[in-house]
Amino acid sequence: MKKLLEIKNLKTIAEDDPNKQILKGLNLTIQPGEVHVIMGPNGSGKSTLANTIFHSPRYIVTDGDIFFAGEKINDLSTDKIAKKGIFMSFQTPEEIPGVSLAQFLKTTKHSITGEKPNLYQFTKDVEEKMKELGMSYDTVNREFNVGFSGGEKKKNEILQLLLLNPKLAILDETDSGLDVDAIQIVSKGIDLYKNEENAVLIITHSTKILKNLKVDQVHILVDGKIVKTGDSSLAKEIEENGYQKYSK
Amino acid sequence: MAKTDVTKYMDSNTRNIYNLKANNQNLQKEYGLTEELIRKLSSEKEEPEWALAIRLKALKLFFELEDPDWGPDISYLDIRNIATYVKPVKGEVRKWEDVPEDIREVFDKLGIPEAEKQALAGSGAQFDSEIVYHNLTEDLKKQGVIYTSFDEGLKNYPELVKKYFTKAVPLTDHKYIALHYALFSGGSFVYIPKDAELDRPLQSYFRLNEPGAGQFEHTLIIVDEGAKLEFIEGCSAPGYNELNLHAGCVELFVEKNASLRFSTIENWSKNMLNLNTKKCYVSEGGKIEWIMGSFGSKVSMLYPLSVLNGEGARCEFTNISFAGSGQNLDTGLKIIHNAPRTSSLVNAKSISKDGGICTFRSNVWVKKQAKHSKLSLSCESLMLDSESRSDTVPVNTLETDDVIFAHEAKIGKISDQAIFYLMSRGMTEEEAKGLIVRGFAEPIAKAFPVEYAVEMNRLIDLELEGTIG
Repeated sequence: MKKLLEIKNLKTIAEDDPNKQILKGLNLTIQPGEVHVIMGPNGSGKSTLANTIFHSPRYIVTDGDIFFAGEKINDLSTDKIAKKGIFMSFQTPEEIPGVSLAQFLKTTKHSITGEKPNLYQFTKDVEEKMKELGMSYDTVNREFNVGFSGGEKKKNEILQLLLLNPKLAILDETDSGLDVDAIQIVSKGIDLYKNEENAVLIITHSTKILKNLKVDQVHILVDGKIVKTGDSSLAKEIEENGYQKYSK
Repeated sequence: MAKTDVTKYMDSNTRNIYNLKANNQNLQKEYGLTEELIRKLSSEKEEPEWALAIRLKALKLFFELEDPDWGPDISYLDIRNIATYVKPVKGEVRKWEDVPEDIREVFDKLGIPEAEKQALAGSGAQFDSEIVYHNLTEDLKKQGVIYTSFDEGLKNYPELVKKYFTKAVPLTDHKYIALHYALFSGGSFVYIPKDAELDRPLQSYFRLNEPGAGQFEHTLIIVDEGAKLEFIEGCSAPGYNELNLHAGCVELFVEKNASLRFSTIENWSKNMLNLNTKKCYVSEGGKIEWIMGSFGSKVSMLYPLSVLNGEGARCEFTNISFAGSGQNLDTGLKIIHNAPRTSSLVNAKSISKDGGICTFRSNVWVKKQAKHSKLSLSCESLMLDSESRSDTVPVNTLETDDVIFAHEAKIGKISDQAIFYLMSRGMTEEEAKGLIVRGFAEPIAKAFPVEYAVEMNRLIDLELEGTIG
């Protein structure tokens, strides 16, 4: 089967602290149809990985390559990477004052697909997906994420995931700071998105979000390297015993 | 105006249209500033003697007064190099068909006659020094509404004009208002009689076409007791290498319980010195609303003053400035609370990029008698890169404690993380900045008349073009 994402020996430093190496030779392969989970203690490089895949200006790749559907993407700009079919749900989604949610959704759909969405169909889609995520449709008239609660912001990320329907979804700590109900809605959203052709990479430090999901691989990331890969039972083990065993 | 029509017209409204130059050969062009020129100008306009006296007094003052010792440097301005009076040979007309073809073409492309047909109660158009077109609907004329060029007003309603002219803005205010009063030409005269309400706005459009020319239009508006008016002024000019000068003056009088909404969208070219003066007197229960968008010019110095003279008088001030490379926009406002229970609400935003400078000066003076007054000022600046500059300079003088006063100022650089977020949603860096800037400007755009809100967004897009190197 063709590899969807392949990361080879990835090494990165922080833009504002070039002496600090964060990822120290990371390897990861994701096939279509798979759900991967990356767990690790704070500061292990989890979010750096997500941001580096998206070519964030905050990180610099010093070695290694990232391939998406067979094409090297390290040197592409963030918008081009998004257009290839990768989506990231942000740990802290941005607020955009003066721009309504409706306007934002139309703009991003247009940017990703390269064509103006059919307004009638798109509005129907938005309405339907919002209902499934327990969001009030009136929210589309509110300014993008301005005054949204933490839970509303994360649901908004999942809403965009469903509307943009990428080939690979990276969820960076989407479950952090959410209550049980919100976590359930987020995992319902992932479930709605998931099919045989696409893939999900979940970055988390908790196992709550994994309860209702069929997980293919769990990776333990410690000090910039994947130190152990296993199936969903590995997540259970971490929940009980923590990362002690894998830390130096 | 139907929304689709507006969008259609705006889509074609690129910088090329603002840059249209009429090849106007039938004109009389005078340079410099001499008593001889002033006398000639006045006699050609067939002005009353008192008007000439004002001009001559102002001329003397101009040479006596010094440049302002603050704000942007304008010492390179030499009045001898400015074409101070540029007159198309054909005079003012009432029908667009009668406007000389090359001039008409410019206004056509700017969408002025079309806007008049669709959305305006009256419209005026000035080309260089003179008004070339002025019209008002018949039913408004019957109601006693006066809307003419300032020159016609002076000729046909001398008593009314004399009562108000120079009463809001005196000749002695500053050097460039003295220059204005020496050379005033064109502009609009508006009188709205008691309790009259206009359901559609009046619009005057000022176009400066000649390279090296100055424009000195005078706008005088009187909204009598209980009357309501919305007035829009638009300004633009094609770009030249020579320095152009705009020293206009706006005098507004809002009488008891009257209201005036005065919107300006200014898109001068980047070789323009814009030294404009605006003042409004508001009587008891009256209201002035200023809505301003400043996009063009090399240097702007503009600080409209509202004098809240009667109990319960109100002022609302909404402003956006956008300074790009080589631009220094020094704008702001002054408000004098001169009576009890007066209120003012200020919402100002500025955007700077590519080394542009935006300075916002607010000067608020609450006098002792202005008890129970309310003031709310908000100033926000957004810088799109680290070479650009934004400053706010507030001066507040409160002579009574019996006021509610709120002041908020925010200055910030566009967030890299927000740009990264939007790029992760498929937008290019330029599109991401555009979305953030449009969102920032949105509360201001909402205040503009609909066709101008569209033009404003269009101007923002034009300004942002090529932001990314």
